[in-house]
Amino acid sequence: MLLIMGFRKGEDMLQPPSSGAPSVEEFMQYQQELGQAGVHVDSAVLHSFEDATQVQVNDAGERLVTNGPFAESREYLGGYQIIDVPDLDAALDWAARCPGAKYGRVEVRPLAEF
Amino acid sequence: MGPAGEPIEAVFREERGRLLALLAARFGDLDLAEEVTAEALLAAVETWPRSGVPREPLAWLATTARRKAVDRIRRDATLATKLATLHADADPARRTEPIPEHEHIPDDRLQLMFACCHPALDLDTQTGLTLRYIAGLSTAEIAQAFLVPPATMAQRLTRGKRKIQQSRIPFRVPGPDELEGRLGLVLHVVYLIFTEGYAATGHHDLVRCDLVDEAIRLARILHRLMPGEPRVTGLLALMLLTDARRQARVDDHRIAVSLEDQDRGLWDTSMIDEGARLTTQALRHHPPNSWSVQAAIAALHDEAPSAQETDWRQVRLLYDELFALTPTPVVALNRAIAISWHEGPQAGLDHLEALADEPGLARQHHWHAARGHTLARLGRHTAAAEAYRRASELAQTPAEIAYLSSRAEEYATPG
Repeated sequence: MLLIMGFRKGEDMLQPPSSGAPSVEEFMQYQQELGQAGVHVDSAVLHSFEDATQVQVNDAGERLVTNGPFAESREYLGGYQIIDVPDLDAALDWAARCPGAKYGRVEVRPLAEF
Repeated sequence: MGPAGEPIEAVFREERGRLLALLAARFGDLDLAEEVTAEALLAAVETWPRSGVPREPLAWLATTARRKAVDRIRRDATLATKLATLHADADPARRTEPIPEHEHIPDDRLQLMFACCHPALDLDTQTGLTLRYIAGLSTAEIAQAFLVPPATMAQRLTRGKRKIQQSRIPFRVPGPDELEGRLGLVLHVVYLIFTEGYAATGHHDLVRCDLVDEAIRLARILHRLMPGEPRVTGLLALMLLTDARRQARVDDHRIAVSLEDQDRGLWDTSMIDEGARLTTQALRHHPPNSWSVQAAIAALHDEAPSAQETDWRQVRLLYDELFALTPTPVVALNRAIAISWHEGPQAGLDHLEALADEPGLARQHHWHAARGHTLARLGRHTAAAEAYRRASELAQTPAEIAYLSSRAEEYATPG
């Protein structure tokens, strides 16, 4: 899975390789390339982290619902791509082509098999 | 005993890495490769003393290990499923194809080396895995060499192996687009093993011979597998030309001896000859790489009858070139030392002082020792004593501390 991470703006935050944000066209293009190569399995783009809501359940089974992501987190998940490729090097090639890699970072994680 | 009279262990030491690489490339599973390699070696220990060492020991071991692997896959459905999902074996036909008994056994160690030094692994893990799987050292030996508890090293190796398996780091030599950067990582690991052995940080022997030998052995393997790659040739040359001075680096009282004062008669001439030949070979490729340039500098030192008679002008030019390739504070420091010999101690001192604000250098004994040396040559003995004293405080090995302290005392004594 390719986790597409964005960096939150502010002082002492992580610096993206390029400033700005990827355009919808760039992502559309990338999506199309994944499809044509036959490696695309699933993907989603997430709404802004400002629209996030957190849920935690304590020992007593009580829900704790809070607004937004943790204030101290310096980056947020912007979306993901699940691809089916033979090995890590192939996954890294696709991750490097992802528009998110230019404006944040892309984390490559193998899916656990059960 | 083997055919040439060598013990069976000696045969294994050289072939273990090849066996492991061969099986890892075929089955795409390091665990399985490790287990059947161990079983095949055990079978050899049991049968060879009775039946004699086979004419082709490696082919015998490879065939035995492959049979054991195939047996295991037949018996173990889970393993078979797991292997089927692994794409690491790019050519499934190769897995079942018999390993030729008397023909050339493929050497897959390069593939395994690139997997062990993959950028997805941290440097400590890359180094540990390379020593374990390519050099064939035991976990305990690696732990001892790097001065960490065996359990820590075992855990590091296990995690590294798990990451190779689970994230599917391929056993493959990278394509031309990536080879440049990826080979750089492999060479960095090999040189790190060498310098770890050479500097022996915190250890009581100035030269930890085993790691130095292992690094040279790894470079020889790389050179055999990539004979036309000038960076590999340059690295091997550099290590040979540096290690050639081993016998002269420490005196009978276990005190380090500076390059200037070493008994050059103790230098290993056959290593120097080989290193110099490889340097010439590496420098034929343009543009030159940093390993070849460093080898050329080492060759100029090794071929000079004394420090005074060294071609310092050429050494300085090579350091200029090296600094252009890798502008690091350490290269700048060595360049300043070359200038102190080529242009004189005052010019050298000026260059050294210009580096005083380099954060990495002021905490290292090399910079202070170099200052002490140039100050002494300028007759500024009090300042030289102070610089040597500071250097002795920062040095790590007893042999170096002893040398630097004795210099500090020498110049502190009036007259």
